[in-house]
Amino acid sequence: MLSSPKTPRWIKAEREGIHLPAIDWWIDPSRPVAHALVTHGHADHARGGHGEVWATGATRDIIALRYETPTGGRDLAYNEPIEIGDSITATFVPAGHVLGSAQILLEREGERIIITGDYKRRPDPTCLPFQPTPCDILITEATFALPIFTHPPIEREIGRLLDARSANPDRSILIGAYALGKAQRVIAELRRAGYHETIWLHGAMVAMCELYERRGVSLGPLALVSEASREALKGQIIVCPPSSLNSAWARRLPDPINAMASGWMRVRQRAVQRNVELPLIISDHCDWNELTQTILELSPEETWITHGREDALLHWCALHQMRARALDLVGREEDDTG
Amino acid sequence: MDRFARLLTDLIYTRSRNSKLALLADYLRAAPDPDRGWALAGLTGAVNFPSVKAGIIRDLIKERVDPVLFSLSRDFVGDTAETVSLLWPAPPGPVPPSPTVSEAVDLLSAATRATAKPVVAGLLDRLDEDGRFALLKLATGALRIGVSARLAKTAFAQAFDVPLDDVEEVWHALRPPYAELFAWASGTAAKPDITSRPVFRPFMLANPLEDAVLDLADYAAEWKWDGIRIQLVHAGGETRLFSRGGEDITGSFPDVARAFAHEGVLDGELLVRGAAQGGEAGGAASFNALQQRLGRKVVSASMQAEYPAFVRLYDVLFDRGEDLRRLPWTGRRVRLEALVSQLDPGAFDISALIEAGDFDALADLRAAARETDIEGVMLKRRDSPYEAGRKAGFWYKWKREPLTADCVMMYAQRGSGKRSSFYSDFTFGCWTAPEAEGGVLLPVGKAYSGFSDEELRWLDSFVRKHTTNRFGPVREVEKSLVLEVAFDAVNVSTRHKSGIAMRFPRISRIRRDKPAGEADEIDTLRRMIVSGLAS
Repeated sequence: MLSSPKTPRWIKAEREGIHLPAIDWWIDPSRPVAHALVTHGHADHARGGHGEVWATGATRDIIALRYETPTGGRDLAYNEPIEIGDSITATFVPAGHVLGSAQILLEREGERIIITGDYKRRPDPTCLPFQPTPCDILITEATFALPIFTHPPIEREIGRLLDARSANPDRSILIGAYALGKAQRVIAELRRAGYHETIWLHGAMVAMCELYERRGVSLGPLALVSEASREALKGQIIVCPPSSLNSAWARRLPDPINAMASGWMRVRQRAVQRNVELPLIISDHCDWNELTQTILELSPEETWITHGREDALLHWCALHQMRARALDLVGREEDDTG
Repeated sequence: MDRFARLLTDLIYTRSRNSKLALLADYLRAAPDPDRGWALAGLTGAVNFPSVKAGIIRDLIKERVDPVLFSLSRDFVGDTAETVSLLWPAPPGPVPPSPTVSEAVDLLSAATRATAKPVVAGLLDRLDEDGRFALLKLATGALRIGVSARLAKTAFAQAFDVPLDDVEEVWHALRPPYAELFAWASGTAAKPDITSRPVFRPFMLANPLEDAVLDLADYAAEWKWDGIRIQLVHAGGETRLFSRGGEDITGSFPDVARAFAHEGVLDGELLVRGAAQGGEAGGAASFNALQQRLGRKVVSASMQAEYPAFVRLYDVLFDRGEDLRRLPWTGRRVRLEALVSQLDPGAFDISALIEAGDFDALADLRAAARETDIEGVMLKRRDSPYEAGRKAGFWYKWKREPLTADCVMMYAQRGSGKRSSFYSDFTFGCWTAPEAEGGVLLPVGKAYSGFSDEELRWLDSFVRKHTTNRFGPVREVEKSLVLEVAFDAVNVSTRHKSGIAMRFPRISRIRRDKPAGEADEIDTLRRMIVSGLAS
């Protein structure tokens, strides 16, 4: 049996998020607070209504776009430590998840804690790569923490997408992809694979794609589906939010092949449940091997596991004689951001 | 195997029936013999490898993957074959060529209990993910990929442009890999002759009546008996009993088989003697009693004496080699009445016609039937031929209205197949006494249907947000959600703490408006029991 871990008193895991009680600051809180450090712009991490949000400039742009309310706080650059009080220093470190995403390194009197937020270890043309950072306590996500989740190379999935397009010149290909991150990554990867035709967008994707462009991620020619005739969309690639697959909106499209870009597509019935014909296993999270490799690589004294299938990762840590505990954070059940 | 694996994967992701038919037909035309015959057998559930049990597959994976990680994965995926196909570690070194379907079938058939594990492992090592999935589905005999045997046969007929009825007709006389069938369909041999073989013929089935009103001048009415529908065949000196799916259940009912030696094919309901359904005059025990006799390989004499089985006859398909299926129902009925008079009355009787002046009078009789625990009414068009399947307008079933009760959700478990990873199996309970008087909830049943996909997502999220305890795959939930449950009957049960069991429970409504304290009491359900005892 491992000895019971010594948990620093200056940090607490509450159901609403990670809390720094001495200064009453929160990390990714799920309810409005006065001072929030936010890892990235996905709704389960970045809620509206905080007094001050300290985050990367891109993340703050994303929050402003989504909640349309001005928020106090500061734009932070990567890898520049800032004092936030009680001798605590916070440093935002690239997480490789989506544009602006960060891990947060908290340091106090020589103790180092990394809060990964969501992250992945694969290259992504739309954001900076994950930067491994040594730490005493690693607070990691566990979205795909089951050994069945091994994401194939994205080139293979983009290849399958382009093959399906060539094989079906009379049908459109409708890709359900989360509007922040997944959509832009799929588009950027299509460009990297040499696809330079117009990619058509559902109206809900436009503002975020524009934000990415403003932040220097070029996505090539994009246009709105509503501007094209049904005929013109044959053989074309269209990107929409996952909820618009099978919707009334999709009926205007020429016999769409439903595709979905998500790590959940690894499980056949997940695709079938969503009426997906072309499952694309493309995820912005670590797969099982990357999660376990990251823990081995950083070898923290202790690992805290947030949302996802924490049971499996806890068990793995026990098998490898590593200290770990699961955090019970609210509002972090699986969703379309996978 | 690669081609078959691709077919299965494509079929899983294809929704439209026509596209599925096209995929199947393309495969059946293009794949070589005997692979395509084995594939067809796999798709129609006609392969069986007695030495390859699901337990072997679980053992194999647990030798390669941590058992806890496997079971957590299995719980999430909802399908053992798929979980194993995803977790199987690729062997070191270059991948050997993948086996053909027939090579895999030969190896699996030749496997003994001692060799099954290395045989299956050796095959899995030669396949990729999709191939492993296909092999495991084939090996364990349960594909469950949304392709019915009927669809596979329809695709066969379409692939070779032969009549579906002819395919159905000869199907059950042939054995995988169906060399005679492919030879006939591709025009190199005559249609197989099956008249002297004791084979299964597809059943004629009924559609739900819904709200239709029928003229009894055109339709005859019978009671709907709650047993199992069977086909009784005697040909070439042998007798067989087939269940609705064509499964041979002769072994469980030797008493019935012995009593039938008339060359022909009859359709009827297998029941046990008793007085639950329709009282003394009905002469049939409840379905519970029949269940005691199902699925047994050996049936003792005392079992036969305690639960005497008999067949209540509905129809006749063949009589002494004469095919009667094109005759109208009235004509077949006359033949059946003549025939039944020659049979042992201990083992056979005829399903009586209901005398009703008109449809309203029949509706009254049906409404009163709940008092005598009869499941409902069948309506058969008097001029209908005996046709396989659910031909519209010919036969209708008109079940009694379901009973309902307001119950409280207590536990939930993830479903499998289509509903894998959703919490979709719900255990619900009723109060032992009013909550204010210290009553507690006791489980009264379990249901996993009746809700829409949207309601399922809501229920799933309710479970996740209101979990109070976890027991392996089961979550206990806060006892706050009322579910209106519909069911066909309530039986006494010694297996449940509440002392009752529901028959065919399903969720009919989610009562978000109703406080849990106002759900029904167990006594309310107890009063719905008609037949006091299981038999």
